[in-house]
Amino acid sequence: MGPLINPQQIINGLQLGSIYALIALGYTMVYGIVRLINFAHGDFFMIGAYAAYAAFFAFNAMVAGRTGTLAFIVLVIAMATSASVAWLANKLAYKPLRYKPKLSSLITAIGVSMFIEYFFSAFPAIGASYRAFPEIIPRRDIHIGPAVVSNLVLIDLAVAAILMIGLTLLVRRTTLGKAMRAVSQDKDAARLMGIDIEMVISFTFLIGGAFAGAAGLLAGMTYPRIFPYMGILPGLKAFIAAVLGGIGNIPGAMLGAYIMGIAETFASAYNSLIGEGIAFAILILVLLIRPTGLLGEKIADKI
Amino acid sequence: MKLQKFPRFLAVVILFYAVIEILFKLDVVNGYLLHIINLSLIYVILATSLNLINGITGQFSLGHMGFAGVGAYVSAALSTLVFKLSPSKPGDMLVFVGCIVAGGLAAAVVGLLIGFPSLRLKGDYLAIVTLGFGEIIRTAFNNLDVVGGPRGLLGIPKFSNFTTIIIASALSVVVIRNLIQSSHGRAMLSIRENEVAAELVGIDTTRYKVMAFTFGAFFAGIAGGLLAHLIQLAHPTQFGFIKSVEVLIMIYAGGVGSITGSILAAFGLTFLSEGLRLGIRSLADATGLPIGGEWRMVIYALLLIFIMLFRNEGLMGTKESKIIELPEVE
Amino acid sequence: MSAPLLKIEKLTHYFGGLKAVSDFNFEIPEGSIYGLIGPNGSGKTTTFNLITGIYTPTEGKISFQGHDITGQKPFRIVHRGIARTFQNLRIFGNLSALDNIRIARHYTTRSGLVSSILRMPSFKAEERQVRKEALELLDLMHLSHRATEKAKNLPYGELRRLEIARALATKPRLILLDEPAAGMNPKEVDDLMHLILRIRNEFKVTVFLIEHHMKVVMGICERIKVIDFGETIAEGLPEEVKNHPKVLEAYLGKRGA
Repeated sequence: MGPLINPQQIINGLQLGSIYALIALGYTMVYGIVRLINFAHGDFFMIGAYAAYAAFFAFNAMVAGRTGTLAFIVLVIAMATSASVAWLANKLAYKPLRYKPKLSSLITAIGVSMFIEYFFSAFPAIGASYRAFPEIIPRRDIHIGPAVVSNLVLIDLAVAAILMIGLTLLVRRTTLGKAMRAVSQDKDAARLMGIDIEMVISFTFLIGGAFAGAAGLLAGMTYPRIFPYMGILPGLKAFIAAVLGGIGNIPGAMLGAYIMGIAETFASAYNSLIGEGIAFAILILVLLIRPTGLLGEKIADKI
Repeated sequence: MKLQKFPRFLAVVILFYAVIEILFKLDVVNGYLLHIINLSLIYVILATSLNLINGITGQFSLGHMGFAGVGAYVSAALSTLVFKLSPSKPGDMLVFVGCIVAGGLAAAVVGLLIGFPSLRLKGDYLAIVTLGFGEIIRTAFNNLDVVGGPRGLLGIPKFSNFTTIIIASALSVVVIRNLIQSSHGRAMLSIRENEVAAELVGIDTTRYKVMAFTFGAFFAGIAGGLLAHLIQLAHPTQFGFIKSVEVLIMIYAGGVGSITGSILAAFGLTFLSEGLRLGIRSLADATGLPIGGEWRMVIYALLLIFIMLFRNEGLMGTKESKIIELPEVE
Repeated sequence: MSAPLLKIEKLTHYFGGLKAVSDFNFEIPEGSIYGLIGPNGSGKTTTFNLITGIYTPTEGKISFQGHDITGQKPFRIVHRGIARTFQNLRIFGNLSALDNIRIARHYTTRSGLVSSILRMPSFKAEERQVRKEALELLDLMHLSHRATEKAKNLPYGELRRLEIARALATKPRLILLDEPAAGMNPKEVDDLMHLILRIRNEFKVTVFLIEHHMKVVMGICERIKVIDFGETIAEGLPEEVKNHPKVLEAYLGKRGA
């Protein structure tokens, strides 16, 4: 038995956390703006992985040898595909229910999620079975003391960091970001201020989808096996991470995701059953002890 | 005082039972069709009991099949592993009934435990917690070697038949219906309508929310036990999230808050599901195309989306048929 | 004079750092009609929410009929005899008017789960009794013709009456009315004033009301308390309050005074 705090586990946890963070951000942004738990968000992640898979085989011959260029093209296609599907789901399924009871959109989101998963596995060209994800960037290990850091770890961390910094700048510095914050505070007031609510919501879905797509590619490279149901568990865990951080809160989602990644890595190393269950245990604990999450604020019901 | 009328619901159930039995004897209804009817009746229990939680009390459970799983595993473990019952032994039927009830009670205890988070959580958060609990239950079965782990619990004696299932199903409907149409049921309805107002006309909302979960879970457990003793198998995948969503689709298709709707949808969708299964298979055979069984679930998902988008109130809305509804006590 | 029905001492409530109610002291004698007025956001509804247990006060004590009810659960406070209505109606919209009333009678019923599910004679007798009383109450409120109608289909004025009827069905000693005249036309306001007087005179229920409608406040309240920014700025008979300089200032701004 190794030392209690195993550096290798922390590295693995951060890597997993990076992927969770990219997914969790989409959950938290959508929840912050339309108060919807978008069940299908995990499936946008899966679509990103499949889009990356397809893009790799489409462009591999064309840009043979230039790994960086290929990886970049694959990333852009994964993000664009997931973003488009997210945008479409919002337009077709969620928008018509915007002012209906909240649970209607939640149930619709479950329907959208089921539809995507089963459509992918029913569609003959995709199929329900596992596929090996190609090695887009060859893996290299770097030894630092007792721990092994692969270049994939660094790529996962870097891509997540760049996207998260970009998002933070977008939300803090741009007019669109200001509009997003306004809509999340008070939809009616935002509308009265002349903000096009539906446009802001569409953008939120686009960004959330793109991030999930990027996560799909990273997950494919890191854990090279993809299948139509691969989005369910990471989606659920990323959602729990968002709740842990305080749903609707962007830094909260990042914090929650890294805590979740590390907790899961440690728990799995200890016992696989506990590893499977830790996310739900965290969820139940958070909701019982501090339902607003670590960084969330209390929303008072008006009576 | 008026002469007490013969209960309409009981009359319909007896008539249905007699007709099916006769048609079965005449070989008009074959074993396969009877099996689908049995499944429908089990889904009647699942849908009405979920309706008590989601439709009547306005809570939201996404883990209903988790409760059914507890009932299935507990009752099957008792009948198969502990008592080693056999349908051929006289008297074992009585023990079987005891096993089913024990499964229901075990599920009710779990429902009670899950009811507690519901005190603090609403809507979507509650949905996630119930989903989480359901998944924890499923994971537990998957890892419990005593009951077969991922292989499932095999060799369960076949005690469930048309007679036992229809009795259990009718009893469940009557108990849930009578509960709803009492002062306690109105208290549950008031929580759905406006929780703050309910509390401020003196309803102990906590108590009734937990009660809805406990009752709902009990009947789901009964249904799970019957299912295990019908198909002679209890398997973790039978009780996962997607299976819970199938029951959810039933109550939304039938009308949230309508027992009549749940019963009709349980029959309608169980038959639709089987029809799709057969239709897809024969289509694939006839055309030689790779058309997989997953298309059934694609259609189910679209059905759910369409109900939510275009017919939110389902088949019945909150209305009840005169066969189900009891007259006012006057 | 006998002990007050409701007694509030040093009631203070914060939302985060914001002081919503500050050092609220107050006594309602049994059988009175008492008004609470103040500009928007002055903490009136918060006070009602504190009395009915929706919020637990940061500081202070609330006693009802000599019992400390501070921090008790709302439904227990209802059982003690305080009922209320809401500023923005909270009816059970998909249920019939009759059911709206019957639900408010639920806590006084005694039939257990078993006797309800088996529909035993005792259960049926009780159902009959509750139904009869609920119909009587609807009749008193001129709502009998709506008994089986879904509540959400009732016109606004009738909904207000239904909500008051529902509050009365809990058999309260004290009823809190939160802006009962909001959205009513002059004829409905007159009817409402009669109704409030009847509640006190016939049902023997003490009334504590929040109202912006000055005709109602000045017309039926026996005493009035004025608050602004959570603080009491005046208290007394309607005539005294009406011309109190601080009240004029709060309502009209400094220059109006």
